[in-house]
Amino acid sequence: MKERLEQLKQEALQKVEQAENVQGLKDVRVEYLGKKGPITEVLRGMGKLSKEERPVIGQLANDVREQIAEAIETKQTRLEDEALEKQLEEESIDVTLPGRPVQVGGPHLLTSIVEEIEDLFIGMGFEIKEGPEVETDYYNFEALNLPKGHPARDMQDSFYITEELLLRTHTSPVQARTMGQKDGSEVVKMICPGKVYRRDTDDATHSHQFTQLEGLLVDKDVRMSDLKGVLNAFAKQMFGDDRDIRLRPSFFPFTEPSVEMDISCKVCGGEGCSVCKQTGWIEILGGGMVHPNVLEMAGYDPKEYSGFAFGMGPERIAMLKYGVDDIRNFYTNDARFLKQYHKA
Amino acid sequence: MLVSLNWLKDYIDVSDYTPEELAEIITKTGIEVESVEPVAEAAQGVVVGYVKSCEQHPNADKLSLCQVDVGEETLQIVCGAPNIAQGQKVAVATPGAVLPGNFKIKKTKLRGEASNGMICSLQELGVNEKEVPEEYKEGIFVFPDDVEAGEDAISLLNLDDKIIELGLTPNRSDALSMAGVAYEVAAAIDGSYTLAEENVKESEEAASDYISVNVEDEKANPYYGAFVIKDIEVRPAPLWMRNRLTAAGIRPINNVVDITNYVLLEYGQPLHAFDYDRFGTKTIVTRRANDGEVITTLDDQERTLTQDHLVITNGEEAHAIAGVMGGAKSEVQDDTTTLILEAAYFAPSIVRQSSKDHGLRSESSTRFEKGVDPNRVERAGKRACELLQKYANGTVLGDVVSFDELDRSEKQVTIETSLINKRLGTDISHEEIGQILRRLQFTFVQDGEAFHISVPTRRGDIERFEDMLEEVARIYGYDNLPFTLPAGANQAGGLSLNQQLKRKMKTYFEGAGLNETITYSLTKEPWAKMLVSPEVQREAASPVGLAMPMSEEHSHLRLSILPELLQSLSYNVARKQNDLAYYEIGTVFISDEEKVRTQPKEVLRASGALTGEWLAHPWQQEKKMVDFFVVKGIVEGLSEQLDISFTYEKSRLPQMHPGRTAIIKAGDKEVGFIGQVHPKLQKEFGLKETYVFDLNAEELMEQYTKEEAFQAIPRYPSVSRDIALVVDEDVAAGAIAETISEAGAPLVKDVRVFDLYQGEHLEDGKKSLAFNLLYLDPMRTLKDQEVEEAHNHILQSVKDQHAAELRS
Repeated sequence: MKERLEQLKQEALQKVEQAENVQGLKDVRVEYLGKKGPITEVLRGMGKLSKEERPVIGQLANDVREQIAEAIETKQTRLEDEALEKQLEEESIDVTLPGRPVQVGGPHLLTSIVEEIEDLFIGMGFEIKEGPEVETDYYNFEALNLPKGHPARDMQDSFYITEELLLRTHTSPVQARTMGQKDGSEVVKMICPGKVYRRDTDDATHSHQFTQLEGLLVDKDVRMSDLKGVLNAFAKQMFGDDRDIRLRPSFFPFTEPSVEMDISCKVCGGEGCSVCKQTGWIEILGGGMVHPNVLEMAGYDPKEYSGFAFGMGPERIAMLKYGVDDIRNFYTNDARFLKQYHKA
Repeated sequence: MLVSLNWLKDYIDVSDYTPEELAEIITKTGIEVESVEPVAEAAQGVVVGYVKSCEQHPNADKLSLCQVDVGEETLQIVCGAPNIAQGQKVAVATPGAVLPGNFKIKKTKLRGEASNGMICSLQELGVNEKEVPEEYKEGIFVFPDDVEAGEDAISLLNLDDKIIELGLTPNRSDALSMAGVAYEVAAAIDGSYTLAEENVKESEEAASDYISVNVEDEKANPYYGAFVIKDIEVRPAPLWMRNRLTAAGIRPINNVVDITNYVLLEYGQPLHAFDYDRFGTKTIVTRRANDGEVITTLDDQERTLTQDHLVITNGEEAHAIAGVMGGAKSEVQDDTTTLILEAAYFAPSIVRQSSKDHGLRSESSTRFEKGVDPNRVERAGKRACELLQKYANGTVLGDVVSFDELDRSEKQVTIETSLINKRLGTDISHEEIGQILRRLQFTFVQDGEAFHISVPTRRGDIERFEDMLEEVARIYGYDNLPFTLPAGANQAGGLSLNQQLKRKMKTYFEGAGLNETITYSLTKEPWAKMLVSPEVQREAASPVGLAMPMSEEHSHLRLSILPELLQSLSYNVARKQNDLAYYEIGTVFISDEEKVRTQPKEVLRASGALTGEWLAHPWQQEKKMVDFFVVKGIVEGLSEQLDISFTYEKSRLPQMHPGRTAIIKAGDKEVGFIGQVHPKLQKEFGLKETYVFDLNAEELMEQYTKEEAFQAIPRYPSVSRDIALVVDEDVAAGAIAETISEAGAPLVKDVRVFDLYQGEHLEDGKKSLAFNLLYLDPMRTLKDQEVEEAHNHILQSVKDQHAAELRS
């Protein structure tokens, strides 16, 4: 019987070896390991054996079964792997074909600029304030030290609705309103971005509607050097560490002293070129120490409190930073323009 | 203000600096230099030549053969200019000279005759064509007689000058004069300058015998001085003076007018000369004009006046609009012999009013409007007399005849070193501040650490401590201020909830495939009323209009963002950009007043407009055009983001497709609408199918509640069931879904439509809607039987309410 089992084992293993597919293996399993298979038959004939032989043969028969089963198992795994391999090979694709498009939009360049500046000042402890675009003459002018008949009103010809109402010509009224809401002793630390309007004919450098962003800090003992420090931090963040700033005296009715800030020209690095009109500097914003009249009108005692304010034009910053050459681009919403700056 | 560098050098020594360095210093200390430009391209070797003889060229009709004395020698020069003549003094480029354009002059032969140089026109010397006087446009320039042969012609013509253009802020009108600029430069470079004393020899005859002055409105005209000058010879002003006027952008006319303009530039004080004989009377009366009074001004324009304007009259009729322009009647002419020279102070406001009303902005009005130096008014008159004596042969009569109520006092301002340093963040010493004040030529008295300063009247802009703070800071140098950060109490900066929500909405829209746009708030009137959401329409009387719009395009404030958004789509489609998905979050302006008196309500709205293919450039799949459901999906996504549920009610709205438009509600509040733009309007904008939405962003922010408590993830499984219902085709899917939700409560947590079918196997007029229902009890596992019972109840309810049959 020993020989018979050995022979069956050889036969079976050979058939496993020869099997070409899963069905072939299944046939081998049924043929040799099934209930009617030869091994079962051998085991059935064990009754005829002596008491001593029985366990030996039984053990051997089981070993043979196991070896055949294992061989089938191994072969089956291999065949399945091969089949899968083949199938996957057939499923191969051209990975250079395009992906299915996902529709993704993006922000307007001005929004990106404004939000970048907002985040920068939030980091320095500033709040964001907003105010109405249709303003009263009082907040737009008078509260900012621009009484009726003041020559500086010429500087910003305005869109009036009535004698007392107009489209704001700057975001400064938000400063006056915010200060007015405090009780004359609270700290004001804010920036206010927003749309402003002036009587300008739209061309490459003028727009009757544009964006402004202003900042204000009122506290005890605010120094002009603080303005310089804060603006310097802003300029380095916005334009890069390698840019220098310079302040120049200027004039605004609501600040005294007043300054204009230039940053060193990126194109020539300060040597002078056509972009900076040979000066090495590019004007970027205006500001100064809050005028005592403005403080007084808002209920702050200018002997005790001082402050600084500054204002800039995000369009101008965008134009300088990205080389946009026509301000109208910001408002015609050409899809090719909008999409260029989604990463901005 | 255009500043001739050569002229400035008359007043102050700037030889230590190049023009560019000087410009940089002036800019940094207070006045922005906008440009530094040479008058002309450099030329060398050009001298004055005396034309000793001038004959016809033997071989050429149009050429002349000249013998020209250039000082050290006489040169034979062939000249083609038609105006060349014997006895003239002309500009000669001698051999070796270099003219603009690097044009080198050599000895040559012209038509057989030696020509050893070139007689030059102004254009050839680099003068801009439009600045060449009419009489020299077609030929060579001829010098006046008082120049010497051999003198440097370039310097005589002031062509070696550089012009510094100052960009003056409105407060620095003191620098609207050469004297003012000289004071400023002296302070900037620590140099020295004072305005020289005038030197007039008056005759024995008294001006008061010729004229009297009578001022009616002393507030508008606190000083009026009249000088009388006889024996005037009107002729061209000296060349140097004409050059300086030209450099400053003023056209030379004759010696009298040029002298008044020259003093205007030098002192910043406008003057006016009347022809005494043409003035008509011996009395000057300055008064408010009568309403309807008419004057013909120097530019031959007839101007109608009102009480808002001040006029200079002869007691009968107006001869000048004060501070703005003289009258034609008493204009100085070639035969004028006697002058009344006016030196006056006119109040800024009245001059501004006249200048504005008549659209006349002159060198004169600009200065009066900003306030002239009260201490320089009379002096300027004297200076003009001095020049008239010298360059117009004038005899100045004794004493100015004047009306004088002018305040010439100096303002007193006190500053303290400690406060200066506290405000600037600096550590400037007491001595240094004193030094700065001396550089500015402000007189002061020291008292401990205080400086009591008398501010010169030329600096009318300085009134209080902060103004002096600026003076000290700018001379000390803004560059020298340290960089510090605010030392006060710190607050946590940040965005308000609404600001955060606005950013959240933007991020959502962009993630959902829309591009942000910014359009104009001012639009044309028809557009301001168009595509207005019904809840806005109910509140608004009519769009808010501008009192004086610049154009019809931008005359009214928008009530809806959509028309300008459609305009943006239209702009792109016209440029072959057909697939567009735009949104904007911006303000609309709602006023309930028919005639606006108070500020309109400003409401933030979120609007979108989409047209063309939804997914641009798809491949291996059908093109997907934007349709109602694409846009609705975007709006629904927003509602999910904000956790505010929207309902949609089919509505007919003006300018919208009547069958594809819905009002959107959040809770029981209308918050906007969605739908297809009416095909007629689409056509007007040149658009194909276009869908829009318009939402009240502010109301959504109002309804938004920040999730406070964590909601447990359900621990028990849910059961999903589908049903397909056959209903009449006009039954709204939303209504059925609502019935299902109500009937299935509380177990049904979600109802979704997943299919709509019409056609084969269905009766005409019927449609099949398939719903997916989600059953869930968060506290336990549902039993089949419970679900079955709820399901049957639902089926019964939809049958009762919508005659819906289960599709077999």
